[in-house]
Amino acid sequence: MPGSAATGSASPIVATLKESAVAALVAAVLAVPLLGLQTVQEPGGLTLHTRWTWVGIAVGAVFLGRLLLNVAIAAISQRRAARQQRSATSLGQAVNRYAVSLTAAALLFAVALPFLPFTDRYVLDVSILVLTYIMLGWGLNIVVGLAGLLDLGYVAFYAVGAYSYALFAQNFDLGFWACLPLAGMLAAMFGLLLGFPVLRLRGDYLAIVTLGFGEMIRIILINWQSLTNGSNGITGIPRPTFFGLPFAASAPADTTTFHQFFDISFSPLQRIIFLYYVILVLALITNAFTLRIRRLPVGRAWEALREDETACRSLGINPTNTKLTAFSIGAMFAGFAGSFFATRQGFISPESFVFLESAIILAIVVLGGLGSQIGVVIAAIVLIGGPEIVRQLEEFRMLAFGGLMVLIMIWRPRGLLSYREPTIRLRPRDRRAAVASDAATKALP
Amino acid sequence: MAVEPVPPAEALLVVEHLTMRFGGLIAIDDVSFIANRREITAIIGPNGAGKTTVFNCLTGFYKPSVGRLTLHHPRRGPFLLERMEGFRIPQQAGVARTFQNIRLFSGMSVLENLIVAQHNALMRASAFSLAGLLALGRYRRAERAAVERARHWLDQIGLIDRADWIAGSLPYGDQRRLEIARAMCIEPVLLCLDEPAAGLNPRETADLNRLLLDIRASEGIGILLIEHDMSVVMGISDHVVVLDYGRKIADAAPQEVRNDPHVIRAYLGEDEDEALPPEVLQDLGDTVKGR
Repeated sequence: MPGSAATGSASPIVATLKESAVAALVAAVLAVPLLGLQTVQEPGGLTLHTRWTWVGIAVGAVFLGRLLLNVAIAAISQRRAARQQRSATSLGQAVNRYAVSLTAAALLFAVALPFLPFTDRYVLDVSILVLTYIMLGWGLNIVVGLAGLLDLGYVAFYAVGAYSYALFAQNFDLGFWACLPLAGMLAAMFGLLLGFPVLRLRGDYLAIVTLGFGEMIRIILINWQSLTNGSNGITGIPRPTFFGLPFAASAPADTTTFHQFFDISFSPLQRIIFLYYVILVLALITNAFTLRIRRLPVGRAWEALREDETACRSLGINPTNTKLTAFSIGAMFAGFAGSFFATRQGFISPESFVFLESAIILAIVVLGGLGSQIGVVIAAIVLIGGPEIVRQLEEFRMLAFGGLMVLIMIWRPRGLLSYREPTIRLRPRDRRAAVASDAATKALP
Repeated sequence: MAVEPVPPAEALLVVEHLTMRFGGLIAIDDVSFIANRREITAIIGPNGAGKTTVFNCLTGFYKPSVGRLTLHHPRRGPFLLERMEGFRIPQQAGVARTFQNIRLFSGMSVLENLIVAQHNALMRASAFSLAGLLALGRYRRAERAAVERARHWLDQIGLIDRADWIAGSLPYGDQRRLEIARAMCIEPVLLCLDEPAAGLNPRETADLNRLLLDIRASEGIGILLIEHDMSVVMGISDHVVVLDYGRKIADAAPQEVRNDPHVIRAYLGEDEDEALPPEVLQDLGDTVKGR
C-alpha cells in the first residue's frame, strides 16, 4: 500500500524534526541567559553585553546534533532489530560448540598463570580478586540463574562466611581448613533461616526482603561490638597454612615453614601463589557442583521452578523445599568464598560487605547470561579485571564501568551468552547436528 | 469405536457438597458428583459456570469453603483432598492436571519436561540427589527408567522425533499433547484436563480423542475433563456433569444430557417469549426474527 508506506516514512522524519526543534528550543531558553548575556565590569560599574552569535551557534549545534543522533539511532536500531535475537543465541551457541576446547584452554591458562613470565604480584592479586568474584558469581548463579530467585543480599552470606572464619580462628584457634566447611555450613544455615519465612514471596518482593537481609547482617556486624569489634573490624586473622606448614621467612622453634620443608628459598610470592590455587580449586569445585546438579532431579526442579512455579506444584514438586535448597546451597558457596576472603585479607570489617558488592555479583551473573557458567567467567573478568586494568583512568573508572554495563545490556539484553544446553538428550548427537537442530527449532514460529 | 464394556467401576473421586465462595461471590454452590475409575467424566457448562474452580479445588490451588473431596486411591487408600497441601495432591494422591492456558516449562526441552514430572520418583532414587551427586549406579538406573517412561509417552503423543526440541518452540497442538504426557508421567490415578481441545483443529481433536481413549483403556485411570468442544464431550465421555452459575443442573450419560431441557436452557438461554417483557421484545424484534 503506497499510501501507508508514504505516511510511514514521513512521520518519523516529522517526529525527528519536531524533537530536534524542541531540543533547540530548550537550548535557546537556556542559552539566552547563560551564553547570550554577559556581565562585564567596566569603569561605570557592571554592564550587560549580548552575544547573540554564541546563542545562535549553540542552538544550531543542539538542533543538528539531536537530528544526527536520531538518524543514527534509527539506523542502528533497524539493523539491530533484525539481528539481535539471532546473534545473542548464536554467540552462545558458538561458544557452546567450542566449549570443550575453550574450557580446556582457559583452565590451562589459569593453572599456568602464576608461572608465566609477565606474572608479578599485582597480576596475581588481581587474578585472585577476579577468581573470588567468579566463584561468587557461580554461587549466585545457582540462586538467580537456575532457580530464578532474585537475591539482592547475597553479600550477607559472604559476610557470614568471612566473620565465621575470623571468629572461629581467633576464639577457638581453628585453622583455615577446619573453618572452611564450618563457614560454608553456617552460611547455608543462614540461608535456610532467611529462606523459611521469605521464599513464599516472588520476584520483586523477594528481592526487597533479601536486600533488607543483606543490610541487616551488615548493621548487626557494626553494632555487635562485643563479638565483631564493630566497624573497626577484626584484625590479625591467621593466614592460611600449606596443610600445617606456615608461609613465613622464619618459624617459631617447633614448626617447619613451607620453604624449609621443601628446601627452597623463601619468597613472599609463595603465599600468594598458594592463595591463588586455593581460590582456583574452590571456584572449580563450585562450577563442577553446579554442572553436576543441573543434571540431577533437584537441579531440574530448580530450572522448572524458574520457568513455571504453578506447573511445578501441579506435578507434585514441593516449591518451598526446592527453593530452600537452592538458596542455602548458593549461600554455602558464598560462605566458602567469604572465609577465603578473610584469610587472604587478614582483616575484615563491615565496610567490605556493602550493598554494592551484592550488586556487582548480581551484575556479573546477569551480564554473563543467566545460568551460563562461561558467561559468568567472562563477565567477572570484564567487570572486576576491567576496572583494574584501566586504573589509569582514575576517577573515570566507575564511569567507564557503568558505560560498559549499559553497552552490554544494549547489545546483549539477555546476557553475553544466553544459550541453554538441555541437561539430557534422548539421542546424544554430535554437537554440530545438535546446534543445527536447535537453530531449526529457533526458526519455527 | 471399539471400547470394551466398562465393568461397574468403583468410585474414584467423590465430591460432596463442594462450595467455593470468593467474598460475596459464590463460584460453586453445593456441587456433588462422582467420577469413576476407567471412565471419562466431562464437566461442561457455559463460561463462568465454575468448571475451572472445581479443578482448582480438586488440585489444591484453592481451599474449598465447604465440602468434602475424597479420592479413593486403589493402592494407597482414601485421601481427603481438601485437607492436603497443594503439591502433595499430585505427589501422594496421584491427581494430575493440565491447564487451560498451557503451562509447559517452555525454555526446557520436551524430554526435560517429562523428566521433571518424575521428580519425586527420581528424588527418592537419588536419595535427594546425594546418590546422584556421587554418580551412584542406583541413580543412573532410575534416570534410565525415567527416560524410558518419557519415551513411552513421547511415542503415544507422536513427539518422539522432537524429544530434544525446546518445548516452547513446538506447535500449539503438540504443546497441548505434551502437557497431557507430562501429567501422565507422574503416574496419576485421576487425570484432570482443562479444555484440552481448545485451539485444536478437527484432525488434532480426533487425535486427542484417541489418545484419551487409549489412556483410559491401557492405564485404567479416571479422567476428568472440562471441555467446550461437544465433539469431544459427546464422543468420548462416559458421563457428563453440567454446571451453570456454580450449580449442578445435570449429571447423566451424554445422550441424556444432550436432550435435557435444563441444559438446553443454560446454553441457549430462556425462552424469550416468557422471560422478556413485550416492549423489550418489540425492540429486539428484528434481531430475533433474523435468527
